[in-house]
Amino acid sequence: MGEPAKIQEPPAPVQPQEETISPWKEGWRKFRKNKIALVGTSIVLFFVLMAIFAPWIAPQGINEQDLPNRLQPPSSEFWFGTDDFGRDIFSRVVYGARISLTVGFLAVVGSAAVGSLLGILAGYYGRWVDTIISRLFDIMLAFPSILLAIAVVSILGPSLRNALIAIAIINIPNFGRLIRSRVLSVKEEEYIMAAKAIGMSDARILFSHVLPNSMTPIIVQGSLAVATAILEAAALGFLGLGAQVPQPEWGAMLAASRALLVQAPWTLFFPGLAIMLAVLGFNLMGDGLRDALDPKMKT
Amino acid sequence: MNTQEKVLDVKGLKVSFFTDDGEVPAVDDIDFYVRKGEVLGIVGESGCGKSVTSLSVMGLIPSPPGKIVGGSIKLNDEELTKASEKRMRQIRGNDIAMIFQEPMTSLNPLFTIGNQLMDSMLIHKKGNKREAKKRAIDMLKLVGLPRAEELMNDYPHQLSGGMRQRVMIAMAMVCDPKLLIADEPTTALDVTIQAQILKLMKRLNVELNTAIMLITHDLGVVAETCERIVVMYAGKVVETGASIDIFKDPQHPYTRGLIQSVPDMRYKKQRLYSIPGNVPKPGSIKTGCRFADRCEFAFDRCRQEDPPLYHTAEGRSTRCFLFDEKEGAAHDSRATVES
Repeated sequence: MGEPAKIQEPPAPVQPQEETISPWKEGWRKFRKNKIALVGTSIVLFFVLMAIFAPWIAPQGINEQDLPNRLQPPSSEFWFGTDDFGRDIFSRVVYGARISLTVGFLAVVGSAAVGSLLGILAGYYGRWVDTIISRLFDIMLAFPSILLAIAVVSILGPSLRNALIAIAIINIPNFGRLIRSRVLSVKEEEYIMAAKAIGMSDARILFSHVLPNSMTPIIVQGSLAVATAILEAAALGFLGLGAQVPQPEWGAMLAASRALLVQAPWTLFFPGLAIMLAVLGFNLMGDGLRDALDPKMKT
Repeated sequence: MNTQEKVLDVKGLKVSFFTDDGEVPAVDDIDFYVRKGEVLGIVGESGCGKSVTSLSVMGLIPSPPGKIVGGSIKLNDEELTKASEKRMRQIRGNDIAMIFQEPMTSLNPLFTIGNQLMDSMLIHKKGNKREAKKRAIDMLKLVGLPRAEELMNDYPHQLSGGMRQRVMIAMAMVCDPKLLIADEPTTALDVTIQAQILKLMKRLNVELNTAIMLITHDLGVVAETCERIVVMYAGKVVETGASIDIFKDPQHPYTRGLIQSVPDMRYKKQRLYSIPGNVPKPGSIKTGCRFADRCEFAFDRCRQEDPPLYHTAEGRSTRCFLFDEKEGAAHDSRATVES
């Protein structure tokens, strides 16, 4: 090799020094600018605080019957009025936030965890693994979700815990399909090939490269799914398949007050309002997260 | 030629893709070797099997549908085609490293440069985190990146294409591999950066004595950096030799066409030469020389028989019937063709 060893080489151009920004921080910066998303986040925070501090906020216990004060309209003493057992509706709505948020969060965490795992396996390994998992998702999605939830609850027996499990199960394919499609595109990225080229194992590639790069849709879908899960929990509660009386679950409260619609509309109005606001809050927050984190929106 | 000197020795390598339309041979019976500390250029048009060759050496042919159906790949006398996946993982990154065409996408956007540089060392157990960090910073300095310490905490999107390719090179060289495979490392970069990256690779080749297998379609790149060239066409090696010899006297009509299609700044030409036709789809040519349809010298035999690789001079061979001794006299027109 008679090559001359002296080779002149200009140094790489110096880049202007800037603050180190991780992609997550950049997402947060965009999210902060989105007014509507901030409103949604405030609503969510409001409900979270309400759930945590329920014993201090609620003026009365959830099942304290005050029979002389049955069906009182909203007043300074009973902010949201009282129901047909003389229970303070405000206190019950406040405690109801605990139930709805817990069901919403746990169901979503459960379905996101199982769904992501299945989705990653299907997307990364492909072939028969993909066929089995994807067809399973298709079968689950072929049923209207609330029907599937009712079926699961009828098998397990009606209770709040079983409603939570049912909601988690019916949401698995949503997460699974989302992650699968994301993994399909991420695994073709050159950095995955580069990771293989430095001798990284499959498991390591899956969890340190594929999963973090598939995280954003999970987060966005997760926040939107909490809203759906709250709604589904209320629906199951309304049908008497979820929370059981006398638990102060919003859906169950609606069901119990059905007959009082004309006589005492506040017994329905406030639990219904709580459901609507909570769902609205999570939806607005989810939309904001999507705008901030979705790679397709990046310019 | 001394066999101990060969870092990589590929013999009779055949790689096929099994699709719905049947077996498609992407690489068909190719031989080449890379000597210690040399730069070998593999040249050819898109779709001639260059990348498949490099991925076969790394053991990264997407399978299915791809499969190595024959031949051997030896790295320092160790057979790679029969090595287990576990052994291949030890080899990748440690003995053979690879850099890719697209520096913009070969780094994971969610991790810092330092994180990704240290990964390779930690995987191959080349020391603890502190040592890996020190080595990573040294490598960043070696590839000519300024403010290496701060760069360790930067994310890929903060770097330009040229800087990222330097990072990729640093990542590849961090475990001190015996062979670096560079698959079109400069194609995605602009011309001034291309020259810098090539000089950097040449410098590392000289300083660290790492053999480089440079895959490219750009003859200019080859002329500047490679000692020897392998020209590939439609999955076969059509010509090999020292790069000076090939540039001075290309033997295979395809190589000649390639060299003629490089623009020459010294002469003002109306139109740049181009080889008529396209690279045949893999598997579409069953008999005869694969270049026959586009070759201006093709005669009957070219369409009936597949030419073997003729040894034409010291260290040179060409896959063309024009160099068959029997045919040579009858078809010696090649000497009179304009160069």
